[in-house]
Formats: sequence, structure tokens, C-alpha cells
Amino acid sequence: MFNNVPILSMITFLPLIVALGLMLISRISKGDAREQLNKNAPMVALIVSCVVLLLSALLVWQFDPSSAAFQFEERVDWLGGGIEYHLGVDGISVLFVLLTAFLTPLCILASQKSIKKNMLDYMVAFLVLETLMIGVFCSLDLILFYLFFEAVLIPMFLIIGIWGGKDRVYASYKFFLYTLLGSVLMLAAILWIYFYSGQELGAATTDITRLHDLDIPASAQTWLWLAFFASFAVKMPMWPVHTWLPDAHVQAPTAGSVILAGILLKMGGYGFLRFSLPMFPDASIKYTPLIFGLSVIAIIYTSLVAYRQKDIKKLIAYSSVAHMGFVTMGIFAVNMQGLQGAIFQMLSHGLISGALFFGVGVIYDRMHTREIDFYGGLVKRMPVYAVFMMLFTMANVGLPGTSGFVGEILTMVGVYKVNPWVAAGAALGMILSAVYALHLYREVIFGEPTNEKLDNIEDMNKTEIMVLAPLALFVIILGVYPSLVTDVTAASVENLISNFNAATLDIVSGQGS
Amino acid sequence: MLNLHLVIPEILLAVSASLLLGFGVSKTKNRAPIVRLAAIVILLVYAVLGYALGSQDGEAFKGALVADSFARYIKFFIGVAAAAGLLLAGNYLEREKLDHYEFSVLTLYAVLGMSIMVASNNLLSLYIGVEMQSLALYIMAAFNRDSLRASEAGLKYFVLGALSSGLLLYGISLIYGFTGTLNFEQIAISINETGLTLGVVGGLVFLLCGLAFKISAAPFHMWTPDVYEGSPTPVTGFFAAAPKFAAIALIARLVMGPFGDITDQWQQVIIVLAAMSMFIGAIGALRQTNIKRLMAYSSIANMGFALVPLAAGTVAGIRGMLVFMTIYIITVIGIFACILQMRIRDGMVEKIGDLSGIAKTNRGMAIAMTIFMLSLMGIPPLLGFFGKLFAFLPAVQADLIWLVVLALIASVIGAFYYLRIIKTMWFDESEHEFIVPVRALSLTSAISAFLLIGLVLVPFIAKSGQNWIAIAASSLS
Repeated sequence: MFNNVPILSMITFLPLIVALGLMLISRISKGDAREQLNKNAPMVALIVSCVVLLLSALLVWQFDPSSAAFQFEERVDWLGGGIEYHLGVDGISVLFVLLTAFLTPLCILASQKSIKKNMLDYMVAFLVLETLMIGVFCSLDLILFYLFFEAVLIPMFLIIGIWGGKDRVYASYKFFLYTLLGSVLMLAAILWIYFYSGQELGAATTDITRLHDLDIPASAQTWLWLAFFASFAVKMPMWPVHTWLPDAHVQAPTAGSVILAGILLKMGGYGFLRFSLPMFPDASIKYTPLIFGLSVIAIIYTSLVAYRQKDIKKLIAYSSVAHMGFVTMGIFAVNMQGLQGAIFQMLSHGLISGALFFGVGVIYDRMHTREIDFYGGLVKRMPVYAVFMMLFTMANVGLPGTSGFVGEILTMVGVYKVNPWVAAGAALGMILSAVYALHLYREVIFGEPTNEKLDNIEDMNKTEIMVLAPLALFVIILGVYPSLVTDVTAASVENLISNFNAATLDIVSGQGS
Repeated sequence: MLNLHLVIPEILLAVSASLLLGFGVSKTKNRAPIVRLAAIVILLVYAVLGYALGSQDGEAFKGALVADSFARYIKFFIGVAAAAGLLLAGNYLEREKLDHYEFSVLTLYAVLGMSIMVASNNLLSLYIGVEMQSLALYIMAAFNRDSLRASEAGLKYFVLGALSSGLLLYGISLIYGFTGTLNFEQIAISINETGLTLGVVGGLVFLLCGLAFKISAAPFHMWTPDVYEGSPTPVTGFFAAAPKFAAIALIARLVMGPFGDITDQWQQVIIVLAAMSMFIGAIGALRQTNIKRLMAYSSIANMGFALVPLAAGTVAGIRGMLVFMTIYIITVIGIFACILQMRIRDGMVEKIGDLSGIAKTNRGMAIAMTIFMLSLMGIPPLLGFFGKLFAFLPAVQADLIWLVVLALIASVIGAFYYLRIIKTMWFDESEHEFIVPVRALSLTSAISAFLLIGLVLVPFIAKSGQNWIAIAASSLS
């Protein structure tokens, strides 16, 4: 179906083109016309992002899950010297494209009421963000990947800084500088790889598919792995470089938090899968204990920290760090269950955390506070809201039947095969996650409605239900029928593992001879 | 052999500058606007003249000047940058009652000096070019002679510039004494034949120090903030673009030409200059409140980045430097076009705080300025990122990855103050509205902003641009 159509480029750049068009028209138009445009911008953005969603759904439909190869590839010479415009998706990335395309329209829908100023700019920023995020998951060229990966900072910085809360300036700076410092080290590593590929492969290249053939000496791998790690660990975020996340989450507008938790955090995990494991297998094995250690600390420590939070968003932000701990743990177990679980956990966390942040947005829009103490007894005033939040809270805890369970259990099984003690630590984290999540639910939803300001709070309106219902649907569907995801990813993951094992075996036998 | 046809661009400048001088002097009526317009046209003609005349290579004046694709490339951008500088200056000079025709004539003479610098193939023509350029710039710095700060800027620039000229001359005399020749090729031959002598190394270091003054590389950067702040804004914009390019091109020609075989001797000097400039520029800018001072430190840091590929000492390095400097110059012209738009009813303002909230009141300028800042930070997909990419790659190839890591860390520090400008424009509440700028200013900033976003997205432009630069760089090997 897509044999002659550059479907990936279309999905990637459609939002950008519309965003630029919107900006241009608003620059040209004056007075009333500009007012009108400002009012219609959300509708335009919604339609465009729905078209993108439709195209991505078609993409997944047409995707051949039995093949581990990259599909829908596009290749154009770009900067010369082996740096190409090269797009393609495999089982690992195709679902992230869909997740991005799925969350963006929901974000736009949810923002229509809550954003008070500069509606047009907000929509432009979101559309640009969508382009960049999809680009990250589609690019098969290191430089192209870096371009999208880092450019994401610009719209996100503006979204936090312009439409954020009280301390937005501090939060946006911290977010920007933290992630920039992480990613410039990766840039240095990319430059080195480019240069080294010229020596080893004859022609310098940044093509990911060709770089997998590159045999990098173990000593160099160590440094390169650390440089990539610096970037992905900050994005992920892993303990102890996670501190930008709570600030950014709390200050960002609702939809900003959703995208941050739903997609941006996944870029780190995706980076580990796409680059660290295949290109630096020896270093990956060497640093597995480090990753396991940091993951377990993240799972236990941030769960405890989350329990003590007074701000709902901050609590969810810390719980995100904990859940990402499962992902890193699963990835570096490097077996079928671990990797499948990690990918599943990322997708499911994208839905669940997104839904939770939307949920916080619902009451924040009404009461303009996120203090846990302020709320209580919402179940009496907002029964529909209570039902939705119950589902997502349970999914966050990892209750069987929700998608949260599948991801956590798979990663733990994967890790148990490698190191039972790490799995035990993670299991403790699961209990703690129940503690903070149920604590939050009890304080906010149950109890007596003591605060009289809450007397007139209204239940969710149609728009809000429209945002949360699809998320709820998918959380349950994936919970009871996880093969929807795992079947798509299986072939690519298997391929990744066998290549990884072959590469590391090579070294062992090489040392023996 | 005189080969006058190879120096037609320089002859054009010299003759027309003198004619314009005479024309301006002859009548009492203010001829400044006409002279300026003529100068802009002359500069644009000068920029393309080398290419228009068939891109001939060769040596003129018995080897004193050389015409090659490297020189042509730099002359093109010097000419365009100077023309843009004059275009931007017009409105400012009129409003500040400084509109004397001498300004345009001085610009022409400065460009003539730069032209000789980039074409020089002989230590003497090098010195003549540098001096000619500097003398014109000294006067331009103090062009607002009633302003105390402008006079101070001019004087400071002159004293320190004279010191650097002294260093330059001393270096030249040492090299002449130890090799017995002033010609670049002869120097290379002499070093090859007689081996390296201490005198030549000493001369080389003095030469590099003298030229480091001109590109304001640390630790020879002290004059930059004061001169940038004190000079009239269009002059600062002119300083920041064309002369920097000319001086760094001269360094490139020196280290690749006469001293091309003794890379290990000058490499450390360039590395130290680069590393110090990056960090002094980045850290010094953190506490600035005046946007011109901030741009001064930013230019120090960026010269540090531009020296990184030069340190590689390869043709790829020259190419990286050319890519980086070209993009930097486009950015700087755009930024100064924006700074010149910072005018309220009472006159010009230059505090960063004055930019607050202009995202609401002067939307176009805010968008352009944001693009410039992000480009200077090196954030993709803006052109500044590719400038850094191509600048750092040759250094990695030359085993200088640690210098690249230093440069990247410095650019993260630098990101902080560039972000502050973006923050001021977008996140803060507005204090005052700037009055509507003249077309030339907003158009210039729009064009350079557009260049910074638009170009890379189109594959074939990226490649043909690179080819152009690659040809220019290869002529130095």
C-alpha cells in the first residue's frame, strides 16, 4: 500500500507544515482575522493530529510483524559524506510512533479550555513537538536522530516557560540545561563514531543499519556507552539525574506534563534499545550492574519520596521515575521477557501516566490547586471522575487486568533470570507503589468532603470524558490482551537479542583463541 | 609580474573609495545618503567580482597578493557583511545626527584592508592589510566623537591594537631575519631546507598573538567588551562580522601556508587560544546586562569554537572553520539588525531587560531573535548546530576529541545566557514597546533568520553549499 508513498515523512512533517502555515497566516493577518484564527487554531490542530493518528494507524496496520527488518524505509542523500536522510521503523519503534500520534490529539483536546493565552502559539508548539517526537522514533541516521532528539527541547522549553505555573522559569531552565548537557556528550560520541566508521568501513557513515556492523573496540565502547548513557539517563530520567523531572512536571501545563511523561521519557529507553545495546554490547554487559543498581534505587527510593509529596503532580512525577526504573532494568536484562516487558512498560506507562496527568488537570482546572490536602471526598461530588481515577490508579499500581501489570511482571521475570536479587528489590518497589498510589487515591477521592470549596465542584464534562475514555479503553485492552503489542515487537526484539549475544560471544571466543 | 587583472576587486575598492572621498568633500551639502548607497552597491559588486571575472587563480604584484578560491569565498562574505552593515547603519546614523559621508568611505577602506589581508601572500602585504583595516576601524569606533564612551572605546581599541601591531611586526621581523624572505612559499621552503630555528618559532608565536588580538581570542580579548559597548551599535555590528572573518582567514592561510609543515609547533598555541576563548567567553557573558557586552563575550566564545577546527591543521579543518564562520556571520548580522530595532521614543536602549515581553509587542523580532539565540546555542535544526557539527568533526578526526568535549561543555554554559534572552522576550511581562523599525532592519533580520532555519532542510542546497566551501578550503592545501 505504501510502496511508493513516503508515508513516514508524511506522518513526521505534516504537523510541522501545518504549524508553519498557521504561524505564517497569523503573521500576515490583522485584527479580526487574527482573532478568528486564534479561535480556530485548536480545531485545525486537532484535525491535523487526527489525520496523523489515522496515518500512523494505517502504518501499523500495514506493518509486517514477522520481519525484524526496517520497513517503510526512505533514504535521500542529505548532508553528504555519508550523512543521509534515512527513515524507517521496525517492531521496536513503530508502536512509539502510534503512541505519539495517539496522545497528541488528546493533549490538544484537553488544552482547549485550560489554556488562556496565546492559543495559536500553543497549538503551533504542540504540532512542532509532534513532528520532532515522531522524527526521533523514525530516524535511522545518527545525526538525524540527534537533530530531532535535541530539537524537542525548543518547543518544550517554550511550553513550560510560557504556559507553565508560578516557578516556570526555573523549571524550564533546569529542564533545558540538564538535558542539553546530557545530549552534547552524546554528540561528541556520535562525531567519534562517524570518524571511526570512516576508518573501519571505508566510507564514513551515520546510518544506524550500517553502524551495527561496526566492530568498536571494547575500550572505546566504554566511553561511548557512557556518553550515550549520559544523554539517555537524563532523558529517562534515572536516579540521580531525575531532579529536573518533578520541577518540569509540576510547572508544565497539563498537556505538557502528559507529553513529557508519555513520550519524552520514552526517548531515553528507546535510545538504550536502539543504540546502547546493539552498538556497544560489551560495554552494555560491563555496565549492567550499574544500571541494575540505579534502577533498583530509583524504584525504591523514588517510591518512598513519592509517598511524602504534597503536590499531586509531583507525586505522579516521582512515580514516573520509579516506573522508568522497571524499564531500564528490563532492557539490560537482555532477554526476551525483559526487553518485551520494557517496551510494553514504556507504552503502557505512556497511557497511564498521561491519563493520570489529564486527571490531575481536570481538578486543577476547577480548583486551581494541586495540593493533596485541599481535596477529599471527591467521590461524592464527581462519581465519574472517581471511577476513571480508580482505574488509572490501579493500573499505576500494576493490578492484573490492566496494562501496568503486564509490563512490570514481564520485566521482573526477565530480570529474575539474570539476577534474582534485583528482581526482589523491584518487587518491593511494586508494594511501595501501591502504598503511594492508594494513599493518593484515599486522600483525594475518598474520605469526608471537609473542604467547603469543593461543594460545587462539577463532574467531568464531555470533552474530558472524550480524553480519558480512549486511554481507559486501551489500558484495559492491553491488560487483558497484551499480544497486541508483543506480537508486533517480538521479531525485532528477538533479532536484537540474537545480534547482541553473537557480538558478545565473539569477544569471549576471541579472547579464548 | 603585476597581473593586475587578479586584483581588480581591490582596485575597484581603492579607486571608488578615493572618488567617494573626493565627492563627499567637494560640496558642503550632506552627501552621506548618496555616498552610502554608492558604497553599498560597490561592496556588493566587489563581493561577486572575483567570481564574475571567471574565478582566475594566480599571484599579483610579484607574489605579494594571491587570488584563489579561498580568498574569493571570504571576500564574498566580507563584501556582503559590510554592505549589510552599511544598510543597517543608515537609519541609526541619521537619528543620532552622525550621518557623515566618511562613515561609508571608512567602511570601504576597512574592507580594502581586509581584502588585502585575505589575499596576502607575503608578510609585508599582510601587515599592510591588517593596519589599513585597523586604522579605519579605530576611527569608526570613535565615530560618535561627542560621546565619552565612544571616544574611550576608540582610544582603547587604538592603544591595544597598536600593541598587537607591534607584536605582529616583531614576529614578522624575526621570521624575516631567520628565513631571509617575506614570501609565504619561500618561508615554507626555507623552513624545509634549513630546519626549524628558534627564531622562526618565536616569530610564529608573535604573529599568532598579534592576530589573536584581531579575532579577540582570549587571553587577548580584553578590549572587546568595552569597544563593543562603547562604539555606536552599527559599528559594533560591523566589527562583529567582517573583520573577524578576515582575521581568522588570515590565520588559516598562515598556518596552512608558510607553516603548513610544522603543525605541531602552532597547534598547541591554537588549542590554548581556543580553549581559553570558549570558557572566558561563556563564563564572562553570564553576568552581563548590556546586550552589546553580551555579544562581545559571545563573539569571544564563538571565536574559540572557530579555532577548534583550525587546530586540526587539515583541509577538512579549514572547511569546518569556513562553514562555522559563514553561519556565525549570518547570525551576527541578524542579531545586530534586531539590536538596532531596540528603539523607544527617547532613543536607543541596550539592556537585556529592555527586551522583556517583546514577544507580545514586537512578535516578528522576538521570533527572529529566538532563532538567532537558538542557533548560537547550537540547537538543531537551526544552522548553528550544523556549524558546530562541521567545525568539531575535523578536530575529532585529528584526535582532539577532548577539545571537542570542552567546546561542547562551554556551549552548554553559553546556552544559559542565550536562554536568558529568550526567557526575557517570551516569559516576562513587557515594559515598553519599541517604535516601528525601518524596513531595512526588520527585513535584514528576517532574511538572516530565514537563512538559519530554511537552508538545511533542503538536501541539495546543503550539498552544493558544502561543495562551494570545500573548493574554497582545498585551495589552501
